Amino acid sequence: MRLAFSIALRFLKSGKGQTILIALGISVGVAVQIFIGSLIQGLQISLINTTIGSSSHITITSENDSKTIKNWERTMYESAISSPNITYISPSIDGPASINYDNESASVLIRGFLLEDGDKIYKFKDNLYEGRFPAKTGEAMIGKDLAIKSNTRVDDDISLITTSGRVYRIKITGLFDLGVSSVNDSWIVTDLETAGDILSIDGISSVEMQVDEVFAADSIAKDVQYTVSGEDLKVDNWKDLNASLLSGLNGQSVSSYMIQVFVLVSVLLGISSVLAISVVQRSKQIGILKAMGIKDKDASLIFVFQGLMLGVLGAILGVGLGIGLLKMFTTFALNPDGKPVVPIYLNGGFVGLSGLFAVLTSSIASLIPARITSRLNPIEVIKNG
Amino acid sequence: MGNIVELKNINKIFGEKIQTQVLFDINIAFEENTFNSIIGESGSGKSTMLNIMGTLDKPTSGEVYIGGKRTDTLNKEDLAVLRNQIIGFIFQFHYLLPEFTAKENVLMPYRIKNYKVPKEIDQWADELLNFVGLSKVANNKATNMSGGQQQRAAIARALINKPRIILADEPTGNLDSETTENVYSILRNINADFNTTFIIITHDQRIAEKTDRIVEVKDGKINLDVRKAEKY
Ligand SMILES: Nc1ncnc2c1ncn2[C@@H]1O[C@H](COP(=O)(O)OP(=O)(O)OP(=O)(O)O)[C@@H](O)[C@H]1O
Ligand SMILES: [Mg+2]
Repeated sequence: MRLAFSIALRFLKSGKGQTILIALGISVGVAVQIFIGSLIQGLQISLINTTIGSSSHITITSENDSKTIKNWERTMYESAISSPNITYISPSIDGPASINYDNESASVLIRGFLLEDGDKIYKFKDNLYEGRFPAKTGEAMIGKDLAIKSNTRVDDDISLITTSGRVYRIKITGLFDLGVSSVNDSWIVTDLETAGDILSIDGISSVEMQVDEVFAADSIAKDVQYTVSGEDLKVDNWKDLNASLLSGLNGQSVSSYMIQVFVLVSVLLGISSVLAISVVQRSKQIGILKAMGIKDKDASLIFVFQGLMLGVLGAILGVGLGIGLLKMFTTFALNPDGKPVVPIYLNGGFVGLSGLFAVLTSSIASLIPARITSRLNPIEVIKNG
Repeated sequence: MGNIVELKNINKIFGEKIQTQVLFDINIAFEENTFNSIIGESGSGKSTMLNIMGTLDKPTSGEVYIGGKRTDTLNKEDLAVLRNQIIGFIFQFHYLLPEFTAKENVLMPYRIKNYKVPKEIDQWADELLNFVGLSKVANNKATNMSGGQQQRAAIARALINKPRIILADEPTGNLDSETTENVYSILRNINADFNTTFIIITHDQRIAEKTDRIVEVKDGKINLDVRKAEKY
């Protein structure tokens, strides 16, 4: 066993050029895998972040006539304890209204939150580009697009006309840009009390939540549904509402796996063919060793060890190369604003797994040459010089 | 004296579709501690016979005994152990492992048996290298040695495990006459010092005449078997 290892090492050392070539071949495979895998994971994560990062993952609404949740403090409490995966939770009062400016009018969506809680979900503060966060009743913030088209500035008052025809003046303290035009164009964000007052809603419209595992939102939603006790409550989650996005992501994942499998297969074929050639090259040596009494098993092990060592070498080089490629990509392929074109997501576990796969693949690849070796009869070598 | 190698009714046929019989009903035995030569025309079956004795090849029919033990029925594992410990091979083409130094080559049969080389075996390897006049090139890679040096290294290698029998197939086939003399005197000394049995195939009539027994193979049969009077 140890002899097989030391012979394998010597064979690799004495065929340096070939050894380096195979190791490079493996490392390119590993690097491509790490690069593509990280790229696609990065794409998916950024897509999910922009899509649902600043929105409610699970929403409880009421299906009764008034569409309001009366006993909402209890619903909030029950939701919060229903699953440890729920990170943020906020009540919300929503309703339509319109504003007049110049000679036009625009429909808007009034959104009232417990502002500090709502902010954790929607990140208004982080995206407030002018003014300040509303501090008391009668204050609100609006989105960038709405501010521009209605020519509203910080500290202006605007008049909201509700569906029942009432007019309500509200003071704008800040302008935000969440990067989603439908939000920027229509939301008027204020506290629960103000929203309830404007819309004459007794209770709240919904409870909104974010969870730590976005892809588990559906199963967490089930836990919520199970725990909340109010009548007529309906629990929705983002996955049910975004089926087409999800199937897109799935397709992307599948094609990413396909690429990775093909890379693996080509690494496997490459290594096993090169190792098979190296068995032929070394058949004389194997013949001599067998004539001297090396056991078939140990002779085969020489090539298994070669495969293993080449795999480890290739994996180390490949991880270096892959990470180097990613670094280069994020350093040089930039948008005008200095952010990378594609945000790369470097996952240590995935990188480790790619390396491990290379080692495993090389070991498997060495089984064919090992088998050839085991069958080699020393007499063939001794007779044919 | 007991027989160290014995062939009983050995037949060897090569090929499946086109069959060529190379050995015909060979019966021969070699005693311990003797120095024997096998001669014969090219293609007469000498190497085939030697390879069967050395368990590298299997007879089509007949029995092979080494040290009184039947070997043609042993499995591959047991044969490997037998080749490693009882038999030493010297081939016509030197067959050193080119990736290893002379000394590493000499130690290889020992390391096949036992990976760790104890001090006394390391010294024994040095002694053998000295014995065949290779102390100076002990750490040269096999590829950096002359043909005669490689052949002598192969002889030292055949001896490292102190085998009871050495099978040599034209060990001086491609050496000049002075080196040939040199190699034979080494083999003779080993035979005297370590009581090793030698069976040597040679084309060289002068060398054959110096051995204790000459066996001539002709068309796959033992044609002549001459022993020197003083040895027997
Ligand atoms: N695998 C094989 N298939 C068919 N015929 C074979 C095979 N191996 C050897 N032979 C034949 O067996 C005969 C004996 O071969 P062998 O090598 O024993 O001869 P030899 O006496 O050692 O000759 P040389 O002195 O040239 O080495 C030859 O005619 C050879 O062609
Ligand atoms: Mg021959």
